[in-house]
Amino acid sequence: MLYDLIIIGAGPAGITASVYAVRKRMNILVISKDIGGQTAWSGDIENYTGYQFISGPELTAKFEEHMKKYDVGLRENEEVIALEKKGSVVSIKTDKAAYEAKTAIVASGKHSRELGVPGEKEFKNRGLTYCATCDGPLFTGKDVAVIGGGNSALDAAIQLIKIAKHIYLVNIKAQLTGDKIMQEKVRESKKVTLLNNAEVKAVLGDKLVTGIRIKEKGGEKTLAVRGVFVEVGLIPNSEFAKDLKKNKRGEIEVNSYNETNIPGIFAAGDVTDVPEKQIIIAAGEGAKATLRAFKYLTQQKT
Amino acid sequence: MSKNVKVYTTPTCPHCMRTKQFLKDNNIEFENIDVSRNPDKAKEAVEKSGQLGVPVLDIDGQIIVGFDKEAIQKALNT
Repeated sequence: MLYDLIIIGAGPAGITASVYAVRKRMNILVISKDIGGQTAWSGDIENYTGYQFISGPELTAKFEEHMKKYDVGLRENEEVIALEKKGSVVSIKTDKAAYEAKTAIVASGKHSRELGVPGEKEFKNRGLTYCATCDGPLFTGKDVAVIGGGNSALDAAIQLIKIAKHIYLVNIKAQLTGDKIMQEKVRESKKVTLLNNAEVKAVLGDKLVTGIRIKEKGGEKTLAVRGVFVEVGLIPNSEFAKDLKKNKRGEIEVNSYNETNIPGIFAAGDVTDVPEKQIIIAAGEGAKATLRAFKYLTQQKT
Repeated sequence: MSKNVKVYTTPTCPHCMRTKQFLKDNNIEFENIDVSRNPDKAKEAVEKSGQLGVPVLDIDGQIIVGFDKEAIQKALNT
């Protein structure tokens, strides 16, 4: 089967792209590891037009509902491992099968950056997590640490104020970098201790996490915590797209039509070099990418 | 024969929601245990799965961590 379009990823960009594509009566397939991408992990969303307040999982459910209304072909829990153009056909290999299409949209988003310190891998899901929204409630009444100083770290800390006993915010930089309004919320809470210029050196524990070792100007010390929330940035899921041009950060370079350096392959959302990573921007980019892919197909026919 | 299915969840975890939806879509009866409201049950989930993360499924004693559709189907069918 040769599809008109294969969309890789089912976050806001991929799902919006799929809705636009089925409405254009394109024959499409969506391949994704999960549904919602980072949106599913988001806490409170207050800047998606039309929703004054909605949680990440709720918005994800709305997205999914919208996609399912159109009976979009979906391969979930499947990971793309290779994408290349062979002649006029885009060939896609996953961990389970191989597919071919006339066009493709890469909307595979980003994943959490790891700390790269001893203990991190061993204690993943044993007290160390990359998703405060998912795992936060497991730490009710416990002392925890949030690692990072940007918006996702502040978001995690704010979520945990309602749940945990005490929160250490461990920030490697001299000051916080996230939105001022979120910084204020964190500073106002007596439950949060902010540690600037502090670097995590190790995650400690036996069966489960019991603490972290951090290095500050004055030397190293151990913080006794049961939970460690790692929020130190994101890495684009672009490794499988070997032939696509990327910037230093590994983001796929696109022009204002969402075209990559390979004709017929488009990209949208957080995996691209489009400035500002926002749910609403990713959704808009997904729509743009499909409309351009549609135009490309029309032009190929003539 | 219907199996005894328990799902340990938190109200906010996306994979928990998807797991519950998947079970509902397949008309499988299950007991939802909200571990955020019940520390004893949270401990139970940790003991059963040897890790701290949700969802944890207990399907007639078979323990599955995360929304692993294939593993869930397999456990339900054997």
